[in-house]
Amino acid sequence: MPGPMKIRATVHDGYTDIRVLMNHPMETGQRKVDGKPVPAHFIQNVTVKVNGKTVVEGQISQAISRNPVFSFRVKGGNKGDKIHIGWTDNKGESNQTETAVA
Amino acid sequence: MDEGRRFVLRGAGATSALAAALAAGLLRPERVLAATWNKAAFAAKDPADALKSIGASDAVDSSDVMLDLPEIAENGAVVPIEVSSKVPGTTSIAVLIEKNPFPLAGQFTFMEGALPYVKLNVKVGQSSRIRVVAEAGGKHYSTAKEVKVTIGGCGG
Amino acid sequence: MRALRGSVLLVAGALATAATLVRADDTTRQEIQKYQRMTSESSPVELWELQGADLWKAKRGPKNASLERCDLGMGPGVVKGAYAHLPRYFKDTGRVQDLESRLVTCMTTLQGFTEAEATKRVFGNADNPSDMEYLAAYVAGQSRGTKMQVSTKLPQEKETYELGKKLFFYRAGSWDFSCASCHGTEGKRIRMQELPVLSEPAGARGTYTTWPGYRVSVSQLKTMQWRINDCFRQQRFPEPAYGSEATVALTMFMAVNANGATYNGPGTKR
Repeated sequence: MPGPMKIRATVHDGYTDIRVLMNHPMETGQRKVDGKPVPAHFIQNVTVKVNGKTVVEGQISQAISRNPVFSFRVKGGNKGDKIHIGWTDNKGESNQTETAVA
Repeated sequence: MDEGRRFVLRGAGATSALAAALAAGLLRPERVLAATWNKAAFAAKDPADALKSIGASDAVDSSDVMLDLPEIAENGAVVPIEVSSKVPGTTSIAVLIEKNPFPLAGQFTFMEGALPYVKLNVKVGQSSRIRVVAEAGGKHYSTAKEVKVTIGGCGG
Repeated sequence: MRALRGSVLLVAGALATAATLVRADDTTRQEIQKYQRMTSESSPVELWELQGADLWKAKRGPKNASLERCDLGMGPGVVKGAYAHLPRYFKDTGRVQDLESRLVTCMTTLQGFTEAEATKRVFGNADNPSDMEYLAAYVAGQSRGTKMQVSTKLPQEKETYELGKKLFFYRAGSWDFSCASCHGTEGKRIRMQELPVLSEPAGARGTYTTWPGYRVSVSQLKTMQWRINDCFRQQRFPEPAYGSEATVALTMFMAVNANGATYNGPGTKR
């Protein structure tokens, strides 16, 4: 069951700042518990959409910190713009959330 | 292999070909932008190989690529970095942690509307240079900064 | 004490020689502060606050009730600003309580859990945080931006503060440590960590106002009860009971010392 996600999007001078908080173990596959390696489990793809249009595509690895936090920026932007962010991981699990620019 | 996937997997040089193909209606946007993960690049064990895998062996140092990070990290599990590029037409930014077992940590592609900017938290296994590479017009521009990883406190 | 003052700083990487005696110079301190600022700005801790808010409103326990009528000192259900006034005396329990012991009170009285059930799993792990951690994050977050105003007007509150002060300086355990051993004198450090003097306002204000906090080294939200529990462990003291009089007294001592500062938590830490 993927953990919660939260987006905070705010308008600044000439750009909109988008910050997304994610809950994910980002397990590298190197860690051992009781001698046995914990299988790799990490987000591989992140997609950012503004009003339905994809603006950022991210490919990431297990080197991204646990419970990832990203900030992106888009040109201009208005209060009320719909920001949608989704992720998929190496196990095929996914999560997504949407918010309106504040 | 269908046209769409071949274009996406090729990496750097494909950008303009991709645009042309899109314009010609040969590729549906959703299929092109479907989740692909550059396995070879992420499996590269040294920075040179990682750069080669993303087509960035030609990367030149540029002060137009900005990397802000704390020079000392209280813990290597989370090292916050902020990257941006002033190079006109920047389409992607890649992040490499040179001394990590697998240096490539991520690559972000910016489409119409997005600024070439990203802030993220990375794991740094040992004190290392972090290198960021911006791609613009098929060329690559880079900058790097050193971060010292420490262990704080009394283990509690 | 002397061992701590003269502790050696080992920093891997660019600092060439090992076993170099390094004092925290301005650049080092600056970069560490930058690390703390940047990790706080890009912290997942708000997710804990959101989960805690959901838990607060969830109908649970034998009474199938939420915590929305929980009195944290400012009246039933008033959460905003409550943390900045804790610990405080509660008439209904006849004792001074901190946030966590008060949450236990509300879970038992409002939701019908037994104390054993409510305290069964107070400290979680990275894969499975505890309810207390989520709730503490939520309640504390509702005091973000509020000035610390912990009162010692009532005799019970004053007494708790004095007990906390006494305990802070009390040497015990097989290593003869007190809290003050690490946190009682200026200029001490453990490895890269500058140790704040918690018995003085300057030190208490900076530190108390960021607990509970998300520890990036373990990817967990750690509460004040956990912090004291772990300090006791490090001092080779016996383990304190959750929300015990001793832990509440020490919390009181630090919170009062932090009065006047703006509460900034939940924080993000190494």
